[in-house]
Amino acid sequence: MSENNAVAKASEPRRDEAALLPPTDVIEDAGGITLYADLAGVPKDKLSLQVEADTLTIEGEVALDLPEGMESSHAEVSLPRYRRVFTLSRELDPGKVSAEFNQGVLKLRIPKAEHAQPRRIEIQVA
Amino acid sequence: MYYRSLFPRDLFAELDRLQRELQQSVDPNPSIRGLTRGFPALNVGGTPKTVDIYAFAPGIDPATLDVQLVKGMLTIAGERKIDPVPEKATLHIDERFAGRFRRVVSLPDDADPNAIEAKYKDGVLHVRIQRKEEAQPRRITIQ
Repeated sequence: MSENNAVAKASEPRRDEAALLPPTDVIEDAGGITLYADLAGVPKDKLSLQVEADTLTIEGEVALDLPEGMESSHAEVSLPRYRRVFTLSRELDPGKVSAEFNQGVLKLRIPKAEHAQPRRIEIQVA
Repeated sequence: MYYRSLFPRDLFAELDRLQRELQQSVDPNPSIRGLTRGFPALNVGGTPKTVDIYAFAPGIDPATLDVQLVKGMLTIAGERKIDPVPEKATLHIDERFAGRFRRVVSLPDDADPNAIEAKYKDGVLHVRIQRKEEAQPRRITIQ
């Protein structure tokens, strides 16, 4: 994974290539944000996750086991790549992102920075 | 055009799609099944020897997938359960499909119902059906 990320960072992002937006769920709780993205057809080594400043980029190349000489007659997934970019808010800690990728579903956990954890403020009654 | 696509695209791809859909909507004989898209998204293709169907159904236990072939109709059905939103959490974006699904594809006449295999990998179900032997092109030698 780390090697692939390094390669992906070295090459310029290919913004000109059309891509599918993967369907995504984003859930926020007190401790941080959990993001799920559906990237069907992307093997683990073709998935690239980047956090640069406050931008999170999810990219994946679809690699299907296509028989030689196959002619497509109907395609609903008509582009071979997914890309989606999110802007992270300041209270999130991009250094502590953890990711799981299982059968085409990406699960990202982005915790909130220590100082942004909710604190209950006691109200003093004078 | 009338439904949100399951796989939305970026702006340029969207403009391209818009152009194609405009073209389709002025077509006087649109398909009986319309332009709707369901889950899982399907790609269908073939070679002279096989018919290949790809169903993009990520995050499903393959044991719960139900693939049936009845009278030339291939049915892919199942249920996708996704983690419930915990209490005191906020759902900001909710785009992923959840619940029961069923899609049906009619196979060409030369598909062999006895030679069918299905594989699930990286969230894609690949169903491959061999074409019947007698439907294969044969060169006839001239005496």
